[in-house]
Amino acid sequence: MHGPDQQHEHEHSTLSPLELRVRALETVLTQKGYVDPAALDALIDAYQTKIGPRNGAQVVARAWCDAGFRRWLLEDATAAIGSLGFSGRQGEHMVAVENTPRQHNLVVCTLCSCYPWPILGLPPTWYKSAPYRARAVKDPRGVLRDFGVQLAETVRIRVWDSTAEVRYLVVPQRPAGTGHLAAGELAKLVTRDSMIGTGLPLEPGGATTDASP
Amino acid sequence: MSYRSNADLGGQDGHGAVQPEPEGELFHAAWEPRILALHLAMGANGLWNIDASRAARETLADYRELSYYQIWLEGLEQLLLQSGAVRADEMAEGRSMQAALPTLSALRADQVAALLARGAPTVRPARGPARYSPGQWVRTAAAAPEHHTRLPGYARGKRGMIERVHGAHVFADAHARGLGEQPQWLYTVVFDETELWGANAPRGQSTVSVDAWEPYLEPA
Repeated sequence: MHGPDQQHEHEHSTLSPLELRVRALETVLTQKGYVDPAALDALIDAYQTKIGPRNGAQVVARAWCDAGFRRWLLEDATAAIGSLGFSGRQGEHMVAVENTPRQHNLVVCTLCSCYPWPILGLPPTWYKSAPYRARAVKDPRGVLRDFGVQLAETVRIRVWDSTAEVRYLVVPQRPAGTGHLAAGELAKLVTRDSMIGTGLPLEPGGATTDASP
Repeated sequence: MSYRSNADLGGQDGHGAVQPEPEGELFHAAWEPRILALHLAMGANGLWNIDASRAARETLADYRELSYYQIWLEGLEQLLLQSGAVRADEMAEGRSMQAALPTLSALRADQVAALLARGAPTVRPARGPARYSPGQWVRTAAAAPEHHTRLPGYARGKRGMIERVHGAHVFADAHARGLGEQPQWLYTVVFDETELWGANAPRGQSTVSVDAWEPYLEPA
């Protein structure tokens, strides 16, 4: 039989040192009145359920089927993206860069992990990790190979290192054979990686996808 | 004391292959979202600014050995200690043992959506005309300053072309040091790969740009 103390002990013994350290920190900050745990829950919920790459996919799909919106996006991305309801933290100053048959764009932050949160959510682990940050600027074709992307030698690669507070959205090329699709269907083809430049959009009717529903 | 960033990774060899991950994979341990949220909530208190928090993270001695959210944890601990908001023994024991800083009020759950949607824009009124315009050649500063800066090592002392002018932005170098915003013109400067990596570099048909504040640049 376990008393409450032993249960408490057991719970702690299964937690990692990091888990315990973060819990201790949260406890201190809460006791001091610096943070409200309900606000922490709300912050986490926002990035788990509301703010993610499906937002960016809507922006790209709209640009694919609305020439006026596409021009606006390329001229003033912050305003165009804001018109769809996406704005704010880590997306205050947006620039959209468009892939063409001759140029492929790739976004990195070599100094930390700057990333357009309102439209792509939290950055993936690889985006924040040394291999990507080190190699994207020096060997972008090699990085693309790590993602299974092989571009023709004639396609120039433009790497955007996000060293200030400007955040970049890659507008991938619209896949062929999608003329009949509406924006909602097109958005499903727009992967997170295609908006960073480490991937390409899915083909219509394509089999496997790395995009969440 | 010399300033050293351990986060300036661009162009370094030997880090291996990138490990792609599926789109929905955000966290790998239960404490990761908590430290993310603690960081965001404390950032909203105004005890430090984003540039000071980047400086705290990039100067962690064990930066290279830490996972990303470990960097956020250790960075937050440093910021709390430096600002006097929490003592080391309080962190170790997991309980408050001294009075809280008086002026802080915690972010509330009902303020979160508006806080995130508002963000913290960094464009400011310019104090003078921009020195450079698109198409102009510039050379970046060669020497690294003894403080937080946002010109990566691989782009130091390099010749590039002004491509875009982004307006005047809060100057990270000053802001991180508590010297105020000191807005400066911000430019996208684009470099050819041979300028950055030399003639023997991998020929990837690529160009690279950084966003550079005016004090980083000289005419070339």
